[in-house]
Amino acid sequence: MIHIHIERKTYPASGRAESHTAIAGLELHLGEHEFVCLVGPSGCGKTTLLNLIAGLDRDFQGTIHLSKTGTPRLGYVFQEPRLLPWRTVRENLELALPPRRDPAVIDELLVLTGLTEFQHTYPQRLSLGMSRRVALARAFAVEPDLLLMDEPFVSLDAPTAEKMRRLLADLWQRRPHTVLFVTHDLREALELADRLVFLTPPPSRVAREVTLPHAPRLRSPEVVETLYRRLAPK
Amino acid sequence: MRWEAANSLRAATVPAASLLSLVLIWQVAAWWLASPLLPSPAVVFATLGRGIATGELLHHLGITLLRLGISFALAMILGSILGILLGYHATLDRWFDPWLTVFLNIPALVTIILCYVWFGLSETAAITAVVVNKLPNVAVTLREGTRHLDRGLLEMARVYRFGTWKTLRHVIWPQLYPFVVTAARTGLALIWKIILVVELLGRSDGMGYQLHLFFQLFDVAGILAYTLAFVIVIQAIEWILLQPLDRYARRWHR
Repeated sequence: MIHIHIERKTYPASGRAESHTAIAGLELHLGEHEFVCLVGPSGCGKTTLLNLIAGLDRDFQGTIHLSKTGTPRLGYVFQEPRLLPWRTVRENLELALPPRRDPAVIDELLVLTGLTEFQHTYPQRLSLGMSRRVALARAFAVEPDLLLMDEPFVSLDAPTAEKMRRLLADLWQRRPHTVLFVTHDLREALELADRLVFLTPPPSRVAREVTLPHAPRLRSPEVVETLYRRLAPK
Repeated sequence: MRWEAANSLRAATVPAASLLSLVLIWQVAAWWLASPLLPSPAVVFATLGRGIATGELLHHLGITLLRLGISFALAMILGSILGILLGYHATLDRWFDPWLTVFLNIPALVTIILCYVWFGLSETAAITAVVVNKLPNVAVTLREGTRHLDRGLLEMARVYRFGTWKTLRHVIWPQLYPFVVTAARTGLALIWKIILVVELLGRSDGMGYQLHLFFQLFDVAGILAYTLAFVIVIQAIEWILLQPLDRYARRWHR
């Protein structure tokens, strides 16, 4: 179980911007191997929350409890692929691989993501969709205890985004890590999630949670549509 | 491959023809003036050959290159450390930025004179003068590089637990490398000009000292021969060392 309790996260005033509270009184629990989608409008502190959980920002009040034993391993798919441009696709994956992990996992992930023939290519020669697939493969390569995803398919065209979601669902079927997936797209969340968590506008906290009927893979467009009509704000 | 060879041949033709025409103009001017103040290319090349044969030129060239190497290395190392520190710490930067501005604007000649006055006409003073001249340039370049480090990639390295060594080697160094190469190239161009003045003013060997001697004797052929040798060596360093390093740094670019 992962427990996240953010009492308060405030950005101090800088320049002309006044100080503002991004998160206040947010409470979130994630079950083992659960796929949770965090849904909320842009600027509601979703990325802030992921950065707090990832330990990139420690300036907040509250507690984040990720595991009982030692430091948990994280995977983080950022909004941008964030690949090292001076390393090839394969080297980017190898660098993230924890010590003593079998490098064969890289070959397997390259096959699953369809990147085998591009493994010795530098990222600048890849399309955005392909770069995102590398970032996805990297996150799965570390076998994370918690996988954070920050709108990983934003600014892809619809068919490519759909393919990426299918790929994510397939990868997750094979390695069901606990996932916290941030999106502003309710339909995307409905395709993927076990549970939806809606956030309020800032200062954000949880507005409501919806547990969805279990689905073995990506939900079909019909099911997504039905759920969407029921859940979308009027 | 053959196409590439033909291409590089064509690329080399223009500079070669251009240099040849310069020598030609020089020859015509020397022939027309017929004065010892402008010796012909043949005379200069003969002087160059004699200098090499007697070993005199190589001796002075060697000394100058040694000084160049030592002061270049010191300026690069110290300047890089200072630049990276200033790039990281905004407070430190606010304090030392005015110092850098002052040092950047002190004429090289002043630093050289002051170093000789304060430390005597010694090797240490000579090296110090060159280092002090060059160091601010390196620091400013590396400060710029450090400021432009990609935060997103650093965050990625933290989340994926790269650790200090892997982060330095695979995330930070590749980003600073182009700045180091730039600092090295502009640095070399600056240092080899300063070092001659340093030698001229306070050393009893090296290219600068020899040039001073030739100046007093009005030996223009000597001056041109030594200059030619020096220019060739510096250009060779650029071609053999710095340009390949630069290309290596950019190999991953599209």
